[in-house]
Amino acid sequence: MDLSGFERISEFEWQAPATGAMRVPVVIFADEALMRAMDEKVREQASRVAMLPGIVRASYAMPDAHWGYGFPIGGVAAFDADEGGVVSAGGVGFDISCGVRCLHTGLKSAELLRQQVRLADALSRAIPAGVGSTGELRLSAAEMDDMLTGGARWAVERGYGDAADLERVEEGGQMKGAMPQQVSVQAKQRQRDEMGTLGSGNHYLEVQRVAEVYDEKIAAAYGVAVDDVVVSIHCGSRGLGHQIGTEFLRQMVVAAPSHGIVLPDRELACAPIESELGRSYLGAMRAAINCALANRQILTHLLRQVFAQVFPQARLPLLYDVSHNTCKVEEHEVDGRQRRLYVHRKGATRAFGPGHPDIPSALRAAGQPVLIGGSMGTSSFILAGTERGMKLAYGSACHGAGRAMSRHEATRRWHGREVTDELAERGILIRSPSFRGVAEEAPGAYKDVSAVVDAADSAGLARKVAKLVPLVCVKG
Amino acid sequence: MGHWEHFAHESDIGVRGLGASCAEAFEQAALALTAIVTDPAGVSSVDKVELSCEAPDMELLLADWLNAVIYEMATRHMLFSRYEVRLADGCLDAIAWGEPVELSRHRPAVEPKGATYTALSVRHREDGSWLAQCVVDV
Repeated sequence: MDLSGFERISEFEWQAPATGAMRVPVVIFADEALMRAMDEKVREQASRVAMLPGIVRASYAMPDAHWGYGFPIGGVAAFDADEGGVVSAGGVGFDISCGVRCLHTGLKSAELLRQQVRLADALSRAIPAGVGSTGELRLSAAEMDDMLTGGARWAVERGYGDAADLERVEEGGQMKGAMPQQVSVQAKQRQRDEMGTLGSGNHYLEVQRVAEVYDEKIAAAYGVAVDDVVVSIHCGSRGLGHQIGTEFLRQMVVAAPSHGIVLPDRELACAPIESELGRSYLGAMRAAINCALANRQILTHLLRQVFAQVFPQARLPLLYDVSHNTCKVEEHEVDGRQRRLYVHRKGATRAFGPGHPDIPSALRAAGQPVLIGGSMGTSSFILAGTERGMKLAYGSACHGAGRAMSRHEATRRWHGREVTDELAERGILIRSPSFRGVAEEAPGAYKDVSAVVDAADSAGLARKVAKLVPLVCVKG
Repeated sequence: MGHWEHFAHESDIGVRGLGASCAEAFEQAALALTAIVTDPAGVSSVDKVELSCEAPDMELLLADWLNAVIYEMATRHMLFSRYEVRLADGCLDAIAWGEPVELSRHRPAVEPKGATYTALSVRHREDGSWLAQCVVDV
């Protein structure tokens, strides 16, 4: 990206002033190398987000920002309903409430490695992954609505996991304000056999070793130490979320003129928060958040069943579950005043600082765990929300590495079998139904997640706590 | 003779159909969609599904068309290797031929989530051919 036009506020914060139809500036958090490597489209998309009605303070981009659709991926923007603010389906994305949850295992890596192959094979049999994979659960219409209202809480009531899990999930495992009646028959149909499935693309279930701890105190509060084995699950709301995104994006494009909204680009489709369509989207989107939370809860149950066979002594309590494609109503201080804002995070993670009431009491003093997924051959990270991050970008941080090249380019450079073999030589077992899928997700196709995390840490968005490296990866 | 191609997008993938007519460009764009998942040459055309949609303009119609195909792929667990599209007055009627996904044979790489309005374009080109394209979220 060309950096002319940006003012460097600090080493890790760049601001492009509001010009033309922009209502607020663009602020990007990154070091200079990440800024230069960023696609020009990030500035273009973030600038257009800055034109939307009711946007507050700035259109933000995280260090892993890249070209998305409508909003950049890694984009954060907050809107005030009282100032004509909007909610945008493109600002949330198609994979509503896609996120990461991380579980302790109580095992050390040496114990895990003794059963690594057996565990990898058992997981690949038990976890439905990849295109066209289906779960065992079939929901009646009434059960589907209950799931869309109840989220992970519904799943626990159905026997998937423990009540103790819920306090470690954002929103206590249940997003309030969900309106299953706003979810179309088609969206529910698309979810019919997808409960408890991982999906494809960059979604995975990964067994990881804690390779490094950067902040002993916070790590201790989170219950992680060097050489511990944890498991991370990255997936979202599956077909239901995709269909809701598809349908509301279209409705918002068509209805924009009737709301007096001039869209700088169709892909920025949005509706006033205080409109029938805005309310209806929020209700459907919250239902999709519950679908994602229920989905990750069911996968957790399947994971625990596998561990019960391979490591009967292991217990897998939940460390935390964060979503990175959402729009949530939050209170934030802006210019000395508390305001109720609709915060869009698209490919960005909530990162609330210490003491925030939404953080589970056991973790509150340490700040919210921020779970950052890497690519399968590289590292993932656990960070913690900071006081400073609350002021910088509404308590938000990056969500992953971000792609460095297209899928097409990746398949030209690598073959899935070679990638799998090379990783196996390095002690990382990949299990995937598709070699092409593995090639598209090759580690080299992603940016260096360490640089992204370092920039988030240095900018003050979130604090680095621990580094995780993969041992087994079930890839969708 | 129509053909399809993919174009690069940082996180997702662009589908582009080119044809002598707009309808053919739509057919080719849908083939490009199949090719995100698997090689269309490996998909038999034994079952047929009829689809229709309508939209206020051609660009929205393209997105609707691709989303209709994605919906059928997802809910029927099918892949399609041949499409026949008829366009008239903002309405699209189509037949898609394909077969149920067979994991061991098709080895599907990634599932399309939805057609987006990013890089969305339907246009008549200077050489008289038609182009239909957009980015698909995967």
